[in-house]
Amino acid sequence: MMSVIVGLGVVLVLAILYMIFRIGNLVGLVKGKETTDPYNKVNGFLFMAFSILSIVGFLWYSYVHFDTYTLPVASIHGGITDGLFWLTMGITVVAFVIISIVMFWFTYKYQYNPNRRAEFISDNHKLEILWTVVPAIVLALLIFRGLRVWNDITGPASKEAEVIELVGQQWLWSARYPGVKDNQLGDCNYKLIDASNEFGLDLTDKNTFDDFKSLELHLPKGKEVLLKIRAKDVLHSVFLPHFRVKMDAVPGMYTYFKFTPTKSTQEMRDETGNPKFNYEMACTEICGKGHFSMRFPVVVDEPEVYEKWKASQEAWLKLNPEYLAKVPSALREAAMIKSGLPIDNSATGAAQLRSVSITN
Amino acid sequence: MATIDTHSHTEVHTHDDHEHDHGHGNFWTKYIFSEDHKVIAKQFLITGMAWALIGGILSVIFRLQLGFPDASLEWLRPILGGWLTPEGKIDPEFYLALVTMHGTIMVFFVLTAGLSGTFSNFLIPLQVGARDMASGFMNMLSYWFFFASSAVMFTSLFISTGPAAGGWTIYPPLSALPQAISGSGLGMTLWLVAMALFIVSSLLGGINYVTTVINLRTKGMSFTKMPLTIWAFFFTAIIGILSFPVLFAAALLLIFDRSFGTSFYLSDIYIGGEALPNQGGSPILFQHLFWFLGHPEVYIVLLPALGLSSEIIATNSRKPIFGYKAMVGSMLFIAILSFVVWAHHMFVTGMNPFLGSIFTLLTLIIAVPSAVKIFNYVTTLWKGNIIFTPAMLFSIGLVSFFLTGGITGIFLGNSAVDIQLHDTYFVVAHFHLVMGSASFFGMMAGVYHWFPKMFGRMMNDRLGYIHFWLTFIGVYLVFFPMHYIGIAGFPRRYYSWTNFETFSGFADLNMLVSIAAIITLAAQFIFLFNFIYAIFRGKAAPANPWNSNTLEWTTPRHPGHGNWPGELPTVYRWPYDYSKPGAKEDFIPQHIPYSETPESNLPHENDLIKLEMGDSGAIVVENKKH
Repeated sequence: MMSVIVGLGVVLVLAILYMIFRIGNLVGLVKGKETTDPYNKVNGFLFMAFSILSIVGFLWYSYVHFDTYTLPVASIHGGITDGLFWLTMGITVVAFVIISIVMFWFTYKYQYNPNRRAEFISDNHKLEILWTVVPAIVLALLIFRGLRVWNDITGPASKEAEVIELVGQQWLWSARYPGVKDNQLGDCNYKLIDASNEFGLDLTDKNTFDDFKSLELHLPKGKEVLLKIRAKDVLHSVFLPHFRVKMDAVPGMYTYFKFTPTKSTQEMRDETGNPKFNYEMACTEICGKGHFSMRFPVVVDEPEVYEKWKASQEAWLKLNPEYLAKVPSALREAAMIKSGLPIDNSATGAAQLRSVSITN
Repeated sequence: MATIDTHSHTEVHTHDDHEHDHGHGNFWTKYIFSEDHKVIAKQFLITGMAWALIGGILSVIFRLQLGFPDASLEWLRPILGGWLTPEGKIDPEFYLALVTMHGTIMVFFVLTAGLSGTFSNFLIPLQVGARDMASGFMNMLSYWFFFASSAVMFTSLFISTGPAAGGWTIYPPLSALPQAISGSGLGMTLWLVAMALFIVSSLLGGINYVTTVINLRTKGMSFTKMPLTIWAFFFTAIIGILSFPVLFAAALLLIFDRSFGTSFYLSDIYIGGEALPNQGGSPILFQHLFWFLGHPEVYIVLLPALGLSSEIIATNSRKPIFGYKAMVGSMLFIAILSFVVWAHHMFVTGMNPFLGSIFTLLTLIIAVPSAVKIFNYVTTLWKGNIIFTPAMLFSIGLVSFFLTGGITGIFLGNSAVDIQLHDTYFVVAHFHLVMGSASFFGMMAGVYHWFPKMFGRMMNDRLGYIHFWLTFIGVYLVFFPMHYIGIAGFPRRYYSWTNFETFSGFADLNMLVSIAAIITLAAQFIFLFNFIYAIFRGKAAPANPWNSNTLEWTTPRHPGHGNWPGELPTVYRWPYDYSKPGAKEDFIPQHIPYSETPESNLPHENDLIKLEMGDSGAIVVENKKH
């Protein structure tokens, strides 16, 4: 019933508007020759008013809410790209404000006047050369600055960099650390992936034995980190907003991003005055239904805390001892030592038995 | 050339007689399977408008989700049915389908077919002085392939697994694997079929436009006397012919991957509990192929709008366009560069970083001709005598959007800065302003300006003003706040941000954006009313309502098939002789010879008078060239 009344109301309003429109038209006809003059003035005035109000509003909002829309930066290269961002912002805002005001001023000032004639100006080579060359020079500066930064960011990581693997899948992230014993990520093969072996660890490679999985991305403060990124199913993208890091995760190939965190989680809590502050990682490549929910917690530790945390993590193999069966027998003992499994023949036998029953 | 002219000329006469004899007799050939470029243009326009409405409504539905995440949309259940969750919210997968279809519809069906299809068809023969397109039959096919494509795409909105939902860029593997998202099942198949048909339509159209511009210009219409609209359509058609086939190839390989087990784009995939056999493909390959079309596509959308607004701004400023040669040159430069900047969409996809450097360089170079165009527009207004017709308002709006949106391209084109901004709302703000809104405003400007020629009647000015101001302010309120949201890092294509502390703010701005979007969409109904009302009951249009110089205004109020009842007009001058010192009126149309305007001729133009006599001179030189 309600919707019928609302519907009727809408129809009535539309009908009234239509009547007003018709009457307006008829009045116009009766008055005879319609002049567009008054509306020309109104439009010219509106353009000027619009340009002033919108530019004032833009500058006011940008100033007052600066802290709302800027994210604190927590990486070395992030500080540099932010600098380039704000340099570009400075240049473009000046250009934008000047051009906008000039344009809308012209529309206001040169409104139609039947007693005046437009000037017949078809070109001006000096002016044209000027406004081709000036933007070209400014852009060249920005390009060269940008390219230097880009080359630094994408250059090879140092040998001491902390390598961490990030794996995206629908719709969660997981991280794999190389383990404290060998500090090497072991090989993977997507064909070995199953419900437990979610990385597809190839256990014939001895570097896999001490690798551990984490459901939080822990990063050491002040140390270079190299993210080794891949995806299992569709494209995903690693986005660490506070570190100005973004790189797609692509099935079938590794992608890399290196950076150095500069502020621990605690320091960031102090800086932002938010005791609950946490770094986060998001997905920025459309990946299906759960795209918006691929949150991965990120923690930046002081280097000592980070090392302690790493040492306290259990190797993947230790948590999944049944996979010892996949380790070639010659390497089995090394695997047990590296993964931290107790070396006890009966335990090995038990694990083997269990894994046999699983694989069967 | 002469033979073609006489041929079509006689044809026209017989056609005219035919019409007089039978009145409305042949409805099918006149309105449905018409080969008249003007009718085909109107077909494109009306189909494009229907698509724009659908695309706009889709965007408002997902804006409801983003602006009012807690509201119940139960009242939409009669339309959306199972796409609403039991709690009355949009299903997250359907949200992605909405985003995908909004993008596809707006980019291809509205701003490519609706814009180029309408105005290239309508204006090329009328402004170069031709009886029709080079091939009326191909032109008709072009529309009907577009119609078939539309029908397939429209059908895909209603299937139970939903339309394509992998983003309008349809990156595989998401778009290749139905197990990854339900929209990649039948919906994606229909998407690919529709796009294949669309590409056929676009090529048929494009080849026609290029041929017509090169071969069917009337006497005296040398390339340097062509209106900027024609230059823009000409470049657009060339870009389309060169780039659309690449999309076709990309789509074909995707079809192979989807249906025939090939591995062009697929490798090392474990999904739904099983490892797929595909190995050795690369998803990056698809992105290269897609953006090889995708980036030129931006200019396919934008250049016609820039062409239309050049013409409208010059006419309504009563001033020559400033820097005609620079305008043509910058369009040519943009057209060439548009082919070598595609990978700036891919800085952080894992592409070789060295390529990133190259594409940064090339991308920022393209900002120079774009800047030149803006300066030329602004200087055209300078010392003009500006009449604010609705078309003029929309053209000025276009320049404003082109500036606002173009400037953010300088951020995004710089690979180091793009790392943070890529795939955030900053990008959404950028391309919606510079490509979406600017082109949409160009299209609107074109409709208001050429409506009198299309339908022989005038649209209502005052409704046009209201439509413009609501839309202009509405568009800014929709897209400007997105810059802030983007700088704050909010990723695009997110159903909701509440999972993240980092993205927990800006509920206020998102609500503002959604309200503005609803008002902007509502304002389009004012236009729709004005448009339909004016077709049937608008004031009868005078022959040249805007005192414009170009040839289309020399045709009768209702030009028949063949455009000019008698001989084709001859062109003597460029199209921008507005407010020429000494002239009686403030405009001198292109078909007025210099010999008739001794009072306003410039010294070198007096020399041309001799050449105008008879069939000698400039015209002969023109013929020799061909």
